This record gives sequence, C-alpha cells and structure tokens, in this order.
Amino acid sequence: MQAFTVHKGLVAPMDRANVDTDLIMPKQFLKSIKRSGFGPNLFDELRYLDEGQPDSDNSKRPKNPDFPLNFPRYEGASVLLARENFGCGSSREHAPWALVDFGFRCIIAPSFADIFRSNCFKNGLLPIALDAAIVDDLFKAMYDNEGYSLEIDLEQQLVLTPDGHRIPFEVDGFRRDCLLKGLDDIGITLQSEAAISAFEAQHAQRFPWVFQTLEV
Amino acid sequence: MGQTLYDKLWHSHLVEQRDDGTALIYIDRHLLHEVTSPQAFEGLRLAGRQPRRISANIAVPDHNVSTLSTERKAGLQALPDAVSRIQLQTLDDNCAHFAIPEIPLNDPRQGIVHVMGPEQGATLPGMTIVCGDSHTSTHGALGALAHGIGTSEVEHVLATGCLIQRKMKNFRINVEGQLAPGVTAKDMALAIIGAIGTAGGTGFALEFAGSAVRDLTMEGRMTLCNMAIEAGARAGLVAVDDTTLDYVRGKPFAPVGDLWTQAETWWRTLHSDDDALFDREITLQAIDIAPQVTWGTSPEMVTGVNGRVPSLDEMTSDTARDGLARALDYMGLSGGMAITDIRPDVVFIGSCTNSRIEDLRAAAAVVKGRTVAPSIEQALVVPGSGLVKQQAEAEGLDRIFLEAGMEWREPGCSMCLAMNADKLKPGQRCASTSNRNFEGRQGFGGRTHLVSPAMAAAAAVTGHFVDVRDLPTLAQEGAA
Repeated sequence: MQAFTVHKGLVAPMDRANVDTDLIMPKQFLKSIKRSGFGPNLFDELRYLDEGQPDSDNSKRPKNPDFPLNFPRYEGASVLLARENFGCGSSREHAPWALVDFGFRCIIAPSFADIFRSNCFKNGLLPIALDAAIVDDLFKAMYDNEGYSLEIDLEQQLVLTPDGHRIPFEVDGFRRDCLLKGLDDIGITLQSEAAISAFEAQHAQRFPWVFQTLEV
Repeated sequence: MGQTLYDKLWHSHLVEQRDDGTALIYIDRHLLHEVTSPQAFEGLRLAGRQPRRISANIAVPDHNVSTLSTERKAGLQALPDAVSRIQLQTLDDNCAHFAIPEIPLNDPRQGIVHVMGPEQGATLPGMTIVCGDSHTSTHGALGALAHGIGTSEVEHVLATGCLIQRKMKNFRINVEGQLAPGVTAKDMALAIIGAIGTAGGTGFALEFAGSAVRDLTMEGRMTLCNMAIEAGARAGLVAVDDTTLDYVRGKPFAPVGDLWTQAETWWRTLHSDDDALFDREITLQAIDIAPQVTWGTSPEMVTGVNGRVPSLDEMTSDTARDGLARALDYMGLSGGMAITDIRPDVVFIGSCTNSRIEDLRAAAAVVKGRTVAPSIEQALVVPGSGLVKQQAEAEGLDRIFLEAGMEWREPGCSMCLAMNADKLKPGQRCASTSNRNFEGRQGFGGRTHLVSPAMAAAAAVTGHFVDVRDLPTLAQEGAA
C-alpha cells in the first residue's frame, strides 16, 4: 500500500449528501476481476451523458459539461471535498479503487459510511471527517478561489489551508500508523499467529459445531 | 452490569484487544460470491498464502448470474456476456484451486448468498459471519454478529481467519405492539430508516427488539436485519428465541444430537441482559406503521402509502432543498403529489431483502385471481434460491404469478443491483422489493420505489401504488 505522510493537492467538489457507492462505481464495472483501471469510470453516470459499459472507449464518450470533475479548473485534483454520509450503501471496494485510480489521495467530508471508510484506509486513501460548518467554509473557499489546494499532514493530523489556517482532525491511531508506514493489515495480523492459534483451539472446544466441515 | 447481545458476541470472539482500541476478532463463517472475491484470491496467490481454515468458508455465485432458465440450462459456457462468464468461471476456478466449498450455479441449493446461508444452516446463531457484501447484516436475524466487508478484508479473513475491528456502539430499536394486517417487516424496516435516517445507525450495532419484532417469523427478521445497512449500521441483530431455534433445527449444516444440545445451551444465552446499557435507544409503535413506499433516491426518502411526496418549501436547509430538488428531478415526481398517483412501469419481486418463501406467498396472495395491469411493461418474480423456487412451485405459487402475466425466473440477485441483464431502461419506474433506491441502482436512469412484496404485487395488478389493506386478498375474502 502507498504510504501517506504529507500530501498537498488541488481540491475538487462532490457537493451533495449521501453519495452512495453505486454512484461512485456503477455495477456494470464490478464484473472486472482486476483491482485497477476503474478511474475512467469513477462517477460514471454523472461524468458522461451516455451509459458506460466495461468495454466502452471512454475517450470517445460524451462528457457531462455540468459535472465539476469535467471542469478544466479541477483537472488533476487529488483532494475530494464532499458532504455527509459519503460512501453509503454497498461494500464494494471498487469505489475506493476508482477514487485512487482517478488520482484522489484524500476525501474530506462531515461523515463517512463505515464500510467505505474502512475500505479507504486499506487503499492509501485518507478519509477526513471535519465539522459540517468547517466543510461548508472549505466549499466556499474552494468555489471562490480557482486552483484552491489543501495540504494534509497525517503525522500532525492537520489540514493546512492556503490562508494559513490549521484545522486539526481525528483519525484512528492504528489506521494512521498503517498509512504513515504503508503497512498492510494481513502482515500485521499474522504477527499475532500464536494468539490466533491459541484462541482457535479454545474456541473449537467451546463451539465444536462451528468447526464442522461443510461437505457441499 | 449486564451485557448486550452484541457485547456477548463480541467478547466470545475476541482474540486480542490492542492498546490503540482495535481488536482482532475471530471469524466463524466467511461467505463468498463472484463479485468481491477475485481480487482477494489474486492477492493470496501473489503473496503465496493459503486460506487459514478451509471449513470457515462457503461460496456461491449469485450477483451476476442469469435468471433466464434457458441460459441457466445451457450452462456457464453458453452465457452470452463474456465479462460475466469470466467472473463466474473465476469463482469456480478459485474455489477449486483453494479447495473452498462452493455450491455451483445449477445446484438446487444455489441462491442469493444471504438466502442460502441460513437455509443451509451454514450461518448459525452465535457465529461471527462476514461476506464481501453489505447485506450480510441479514444473518444477524439468527442472533449472529454478521456484517459486510470490503475485498481487502475478504483477503484478510481468508489469510488470517480474523478481522481487525473496533467495537461498535449499542443501539436498541424497540417496536412494540402488533403490526396491522398487511404491514410487514419490510414496512417496519423502512419506517425505522425514515425515523433515524440513512446515517442514523453509523458506528452502531442495531438490536431490533420489542413485541412486534419478537412476533416476526425468521424470514421477517432477516428482512429487518438486511436493511440495517440502509440505516448506516454494519450489523443488525435479533435475540435468539424459540422462533430462531425452530428455524435452525434440521438445517443441513446445523448441529445434531449432543452437539445440538451443547449449541442450544449457548444460543439460549444470546439476548441482551435486563440491565444491559445501550448508547442509544428508541421505541416505535407498530400500530403507527403503514405500508411504506420510498419516493426518492435514498431509503430515508420514504412515507406511508397514504402520504404525499414532500414539497421544496417544507425543507429547512439548503442542502436538504438541493437534495430534494435533485431527487424529485431524477424520480420525475412533483412535490405534493399523492403516493397512490405514482404509476410504476416495472415490478420486481426478489432480492436478499424479500425473496424468501414467505415473501412469495404474500405477493401471490395479492396476485391470485388478478392480472397484471396493462400499463406494467414487465413484472419479474425471482426466488431467492433454488430451494425457495421448488417450495413455491410445490405450493403452486409459480402458476399464480404466470397466470397473472408475471415472469417466474431462476434464483439470483437480479434487478436488485442489475449487474446481469435484468435491469431498468432509462426513465422506467419500478415498484421493487429490494433495498436500495439510489440513482441508477436498478439500471442507468432507472427509478426505484422500495416496497414490501404485497405492496409490489398490489402495484402490479392495479398499475399504481395502492394501500394493500384496501385490496382484499381472495383468502381474506373467503375467511370473511
């Protein structure tokens, strides 16, 4: 996983509440058995005027001129500014895969759905929850200033604005550590192998039916 | 101090509590399907890892399968969509390679993973259950700790048998009294989401309690827990009681003999203690719940069938006004219109929310002796599993649907997420028994109204939403 320490990037808006993972990554692209290549179909139904298919040539599709991510001023954005309950709905990890593949490293919103937030951390994508009023201010500042960028310092847990504001944010200590070092969960958990084996032996004695072989 | 049901399940699976607040939780059962597993298996291969405990896992194809009997009979190799064929073949190949038990496509036990699990006794009370699908919350109806995970976590569970978690908070939702006739678990679920919102359960494990919940069948409890995620909660729970045990007894993978006795002793402790503390608790009265219909693009945009679509001038904030304006525009509705004036083009009865035998019986009871309204372009009935299909056919329900002009399909997720060929066309409006009414969910530009099976059936035969309580079933007429 790509480590996250300090990141500075252009901010783009996703200015609506309850953005669900179907909207982030529509179902027809979930047929892929790969982890990469989802970026061109991020927010597909909003970005393009036609219905995209896994085999579409996206460069030839009509783009929606009203969708902010298609505006030249947001080209190259790596910080997504969003509203409450971002990422609700399906558990599809294809949603954060698409955001990362598109180039996003950080999402700032008043709140996130649980499974989506967890999926972000596992892909080097930092979800930052800030007060709704602060997010509102960031939206205004972004709309008013073309080229508006934010610097995110995970070590210090600060969002730094161009006018010098330092906005502190909370992040799960374990997740912060993994991101800073670019560690993947499986390697960490396997260090607890002895504890897992000991637990499993006792668990199998207590709940033997759980360990019956499933003969299909 | 007493423990909640969630606390008991958590503590009985706690491998390691870490200082940073995270914990390692042992996973008893891991369900797999074709859509969220290929990248996890690829990860295992690349790292040279093996599944830690084969018997924890069971797989079944469901999300992307064809529901046409002609295509099913022709087998996987004849599936016209090559991309889907590769994905389904990849599940077969991965299960064969890693020796993971898989119920194959044309086995009668095949079905939606959340229908198959309880039906086979693969998911049992007291278990921790995960699956790369957010509707894994369904299995909480058994008194199990069950929730959806992402693909990285699928790989993690395969490799380690555990999951890194942070303990959730406890939220109890009581529904007291008796549901009115014609009002179902689906209406209860939608009414709860309407009350607390789609983020109301974020960070919580929801325990559903109260006399109206205890009175639900297991099918009803599964419908209710299924939609916990639509309230923002990863997990929904119902305490174990006789209804649970009667359901589980005799299921193919359920314990028997002494093991059953041992299991039952543990399972009977799976309820919240009288003095357990909840971080949040609310109580709804069952009698206040009317048949529900969603009118917007989020499950919280819901009202009773005799209600109206809200107007912009009722909104108190800009974000709410913008959200409503966007939803009304997408849905092609105007503020203030009566729900009963909404006319669906398509009816879908199925999904992990409402495709069990009880759901099909409820729909058939409304449809019996009637025909689909001329304005309905398509009415699909998709049973949740091959066994549900067999049972429905043994009861003659398939004849009722077919004679009314509906289609009787093979089991799968179908038009709930529309990954396969079952999808809405742009602008089509659907009365759906599924769980999500998001933009494009059932097809690009498609419009979804979430309802119960009886309400979907009523819309199918009348051509518009109607209070199913005003539409007597022949059975009720006979009894009157």
